[in-house]
Amino acid sequence: MAKRIEAVGVTAYYGSFKAIEDINLAVEPKTVTALIGPSGCGKSTFLRSINRMHEVLPGARVDGKLTIDDQDIYDPDVDVTAVRRTIGMVFQRPNPFPTMSIFDNVVAGLRLNGVKKKSILAEAAERALRSANLWDEVKDRLGKPGAGLSGGQQQRLCIARTIAVEPQVVLMDEPCSALDPISTLAIEDLMFKLKDRYTIIIVTHNMQQAARVSDRTAFFSIDRTGDPGRLIEYDATQKIFSNPGVKKTEDYITGRFG
Amino acid sequence: MTTTTLAPTATALRGRRLPKWAPIAIAALALALAAALVHGAGLGGWVLTLTVGALLYLTGLYAVATAVEGRRAARNRTWSALIHSAFVLAVLPLSSVIWTLVSKGAERLDGTFFGTSMNNIGPRDATGGAYHAIVGTLQQVGIAALISVPLGILAAIYIVEYGRGRFANTIRFFVDVMTGIPSIVAGLFVLAFWVLIVSPYVNDGRPGYSGFAAALALSVLMLPTVVRSTEEMLRLVPAPLREGAYALGVPKWKTILRIVLPTALPGIVTGVMLSIARAAGETAPVLLVAGGTAAINFNPFEHNQSSLALFVYSQATDSSKYAPARAWTAALTLVALVLVLTIAAKLLARRNRLGR
Repeated sequence: MAKRIEAVGVTAYYGSFKAIEDINLAVEPKTVTALIGPSGCGKSTFLRSINRMHEVLPGARVDGKLTIDDQDIYDPDVDVTAVRRTIGMVFQRPNPFPTMSIFDNVVAGLRLNGVKKKSILAEAAERALRSANLWDEVKDRLGKPGAGLSGGQQQRLCIARTIAVEPQVVLMDEPCSALDPISTLAIEDLMFKLKDRYTIIIVTHNMQQAARVSDRTAFFSIDRTGDPGRLIEYDATQKIFSNPGVKKTEDYITGRFG
Repeated sequence: MTTTTLAPTATALRGRRLPKWAPIAIAALALALAAALVHGAGLGGWVLTLTVGALLYLTGLYAVATAVEGRRAARNRTWSALIHSAFVLAVLPLSSVIWTLVSKGAERLDGTFFGTSMNNIGPRDATGGAYHAIVGTLQQVGIAALISVPLGILAAIYIVEYGRGRFANTIRFFVDVMTGIPSIVAGLFVLAFWVLIVSPYVNDGRPGYSGFAAALALSVLMLPTVVRSTEEMLRLVPAPLREGAYALGVPKWKTILRIVLPTALPGIVTGVMLSIARAAGETAPVLLVAGGTAAINFNPFEHNQSSLALFVYSQATDSSKYAPARAWTAALTLVALVLVLTIAAKLLARRNRLGR
């Protein structure tokens, strides 16, 4: 299921502004990779360019080569919606669809992609909600609105919604930054569980979180405001946090910078 | 030591307050004083008394509150009194309109009014009704809505979701310009374009006045309202919702259809109902291109039709002593019709949302 992601010389622009420059990194299947770095260094931009969400904004474009199991994501013949179905995404703020019930939210991806059979939808909803550790909390109120859940539950609902379409890679853009410590723990537990089946890339500002959940860590940084973000160091999480190879990484991790 | 230092701060939080009855007493005093002034001087009636009373109340309240509670509290009281009076002033004309409509319109609120037309009704006949006008209004506004609502919503979707650069800006600008078109100009446009130029080709060379022509003119008036209100509502749908759908691999058109539109639906319905209310009340374009008639005409594509607004106009200017009552009842019917449509649309839109 899980697939390998490789970026070669990826550069992303917002109009004429260069947000990230020359990013080279490879993400192995069934691992959790954390992207860390100061605000504005382009972690989220890089994450969004992996499933072609970057180009949703007017004037935004990506240069370089991004592949998933040797298939070019930016090939002109590639269907954007197929890329996004393969590479799911969880956002910083939980964004359940307000007009839909919990059940409808979970199966939204399937239903809007043409799955109609009730038994399949019900089965997929239960499986996704169980994977997201949310089933026991919501199984008696699947018809209630998704927006009525707590923040942490909403975020797990969004994770359930993402994995209901059975992607191979899950991108998470600071998924816990709007959540309390208990909900954060629930989601970190979930990441451990999901790692068995999916390749996970997570952007986080929380260094302890990066150290706890990830196998490998990529450190992004910028020299000055207005400069493009660069990948400074990419290595095993253990190595980055105990014995980083670059001075800048050490400064950031120990809190002397940013 | 601590108690003595704490004491002044603790007492400073409490101040002298006016008792609850004080504003009422001031109001009564102000009214009595105003009545004495106005009637004593023989100046006028109760409207002047109320106005003078309100002004006296505001000054009196400010003075008393300043003396007892201090300047900040006094200003707070005066401003809230001013805001409440502004609210009353805004509601007064509305309730006056409703009261006038109901009291004067009730006279002809009978079966004959809703069941017959004005065909063969002379100046000395007390009967006659607006059946033909109700039919006309429903058909014309219905057709106009069928034309302008889909077109307007699609145009708004283009402007918000697809339009980029100068072209979309130009469209938005012209929609704004269209909002200001006087209804008579829309009527003249349809008269010149449809009734006098296009319709003669299908009407043996004679100009074809019809309910459909009126519907065209009304849709010209409704379109900008629908576009603008839908546009505003679509812009209010948060971007993360769209991105959430895109990230599931949902194509853009389906995201708009299944996520964005349902989220914006209640607001869109409100905008559409506003435009329908405006169209239902238009007289000039209907008079110009549908011509008006006294008889029932169920076919909007042929021959003259009337409408409720036009019926009110013609009855209000009629010399028969029975005409004004018919005009009032027609006006009441028009308002009730729009009200019922609005409530029905709101209920429908709410049914689509989930109960909390």
